[in-house]
Amino acid sequence: MKIKPIATLAAALMLTASWAGAQDLRIGLAEDPDILDPDQSRTFVGRIVYASLCDKLVEITPELDIIPMLATDWSWSDDNLTLTMKLREGVTFHDGTPFNAEAVAYNINRSKTLDESRRKSEVASVTGTNVVDDLTIEIMLANPDATLIAQFADRAGMMVSPKAAEEMGIEFGAAPVCAGPFSFTERVQQDRIVLTKYAGYYNADNFNFDSVTFLPITDDTVRLANLRSGDVDMVERLAATDVASATADDGLQVEKAVSLGYQGITINVSNGDRAKQPLGQDSRVRRALSLAIDREVINQVVFEGVFAVGNQPYPPTSPWYNKAFPVEGRDVETAKALLAQAGAENVTIEIQVATRPEPQRVVQVIQAMAAEAGITVNIVSKEFATQLSEQTAGNYEASQIGWSGRVDPDGNIHPFMTCEGGINDSKYCNPAVDELLNRARTSTDLAARKADYDAALAILSEDLPIIYLYHQTWLWALDDGISGFTPYPDGMIRLGGVSKSD
Amino acid sequence: MLNFIGHRLLVAIPTILLISVFVFFLQKLLPGDPVLTLAGEDRNPEVLAFLREKYRLNDPLYLQYFHWIGNALTGDLGVSLRTQQPVITLLAQKLPVTLQLAIMALIIAVVVGIPAGILSAYHKGTWIDWIANIVALSGLSVPNFWLGIMMILLVSVKLGWLPASGYQPFADDPLQSIRTMLMPAFVLGTGLAATLMRHTRSAMLGVLQSDYVRTARAKGLSEQRVVIKHALRNALVPVVTVITLLFGELLAGAVLTEQIFTIPGFGKLVVDAVFNRDYAVVQGIVLCTAIAFVLMNILSDALYRVLNPRMSDQ
Repeated sequence: MKIKPIATLAAALMLTASWAGAQDLRIGLAEDPDILDPDQSRTFVGRIVYASLCDKLVEITPELDIIPMLATDWSWSDDNLTLTMKLREGVTFHDGTPFNAEAVAYNINRSKTLDESRRKSEVASVTGTNVVDDLTIEIMLANPDATLIAQFADRAGMMVSPKAAEEMGIEFGAAPVCAGPFSFTERVQQDRIVLTKYAGYYNADNFNFDSVTFLPITDDTVRLANLRSGDVDMVERLAATDVASATADDGLQVEKAVSLGYQGITINVSNGDRAKQPLGQDSRVRRALSLAIDREVINQVVFEGVFAVGNQPYPPTSPWYNKAFPVEGRDVETAKALLAQAGAENVTIEIQVATRPEPQRVVQVIQAMAAEAGITVNIVSKEFATQLSEQTAGNYEASQIGWSGRVDPDGNIHPFMTCEGGINDSKYCNPAVDELLNRARTSTDLAARKADYDAALAILSEDLPIIYLYHQTWLWALDDGISGFTPYPDGMIRLGGVSKSD
Repeated sequence: MLNFIGHRLLVAIPTILLISVFVFFLQKLLPGDPVLTLAGEDRNPEVLAFLREKYRLNDPLYLQYFHWIGNALTGDLGVSLRTQQPVITLLAQKLPVTLQLAIMALIIAVVVGIPAGILSAYHKGTWIDWIANIVALSGLSVPNFWLGIMMILLVSVKLGWLPASGYQPFADDPLQSIRTMLMPAFVLGTGLAATLMRHTRSAMLGVLQSDYVRTARAKGLSEQRVVIKHALRNALVPVVTVITLLFGELLAGAVLTEQIFTIPGFGKLVVDAVFNRDYAVVQGIVLCTAIAFVLMNILSDALYRVLNPRMSDQ
């Protein structure tokens, strides 16, 4: 048997690796996180740090099923207005404060009432909590909210030490105290965030590093160079254009997962005067634009075929994807016919886009393809903060923008497509869609929810206030010595079971 | 001399105030709402309203300015909208980083640029002059971001000699600190060396042709003495001005170099702050660099007087 000695050797190596003194894992991040307070923070990249720092009430699997984390079990009352959660025993925060039902009550209240809280919308349905015993909590809701559990799988479910939060107030982010596998050690802004293994973690054996250092390295090329030179062990958001060279590199491995979010063109349909254009007023013009675009060409030309094309708020790999509406191929003739019907041949539209190179290229490809259908696209580049405020103010005709994505489908569609939606910048409003989306978020019956989303999508595919284009693929490049890494569609880096051999 | 410096410092105060007014209002002209970037993806109207109120963004502009400058005079530059850290803490964190980079880059520039300038002027028209000029021209024309990435690929990835990027505080580990800062200082220093070389060369050319140098040679002094002791001292006067101004510029942060090498200095801070509409941070940095610039200007004028005592009488 040849396998046996190899296996023994591998086991021996792994043992030596785990005994080889203090082991630090260095991770190259694409951006510098904002404030490290789960209630106040708002960036994607901050959540990558939280994945090692702050445990949540519940966790997701790569398939997006919800599984226990700090809550081991949960159930809904018959009227779906009370969620009862059983909590994990023997858990302590990094400052030694015990984790219990009181702590959960404190955290939910903090998310709801802290003035600076960015979690208010996420826990808006919660009216109060009731501490049943040390490890049982009831969460009361104003109306049934099927999305709440998924919210608890993200920042709204991250538990912070009530003692530390009380002491530090809104400055909590300067030295966050949570209940994750690693505790906060230091942060030098724009330089590094260092976490140290927390010996009191309930699942500490599953974590193989003594410390984790996050290094924000914004330049894609330099981030990869740091990995190649051995200065970091893994990088997140590898550039799509670097996938081929990283895959070909023997010293590296590339992992990928299609994200939960999307990229598309948001169209101003009734947000002020700028909506009064053929594109905003006539859905046939929007459909013509959509049909003029070959999404696979965008994917190939701009992203080397690494991303996933799409036409819905969630990717084709999602269980919520409506298979009745597959991604359409390009159809210039039909597009022209639609424009003729709408009396909008040779229409000119203006698309605003962020100044970063990739979105620019996406819109340029669209410009070329739309021209063949008789649509003239004028591209207006705006730096992101400007793009965002113009979009909110309605000072745009169409805007190439995306959404980072949520575990529950509601988060990808409800805020954008309902009349009162918080991020409905196109100001699309259709009572039929409102009814379907509002009902879908209250039901805990998955099949019923799916039916509602499918029905809403059938309407939205006609109305097209957002033309969905593609779904980003999260890309990680890892040193060859790293093993046990699992890519998740939320783009996080979970270090449980990950190890490093030298 | 003290009188001179005191006088210049007094004149500097209105200059700095004027700069602060200018920057404050210019920033407010930028499109883009800081509260929207602050709120993140979830734009809860309640939170937006709270943040506007908290950061006094509803006040008229002049009131916002007076509030800021009033606090600034007491040493409170406000907090970063993005991370809630006091701006003064951020500046204190970044200053040593930028200072170290500036000093190292300047040393490289001086050590390379001045001797190259002297040699090239002394051997005017020969192959030495040509080579020095070609090298200097390349130093000026190669963009920093390109040179930076090429050096990372060569020195760190291929040869593995130096860390690819990052920063190590000098106090923690001086050697490692110098190692991490060497490449960025070199990249930054090459451009400056070229500028210095050109200035030294032209100044030296002028001086070497002057009467007193001919006299010194006629006295029978050695060439080395003529060039270093007699010519260089006078040639240095304009060069010193250039050096102090370059140093002032370096203190404002080397935006591209810091971005490429991920050095957490002023340059990186200010770029991130502008993109996030982090007004307080931008104002803090600009105020700081304005002060640095004014101080460097005063220093340059003072040195001028040391090198050329005749200036003092004017």
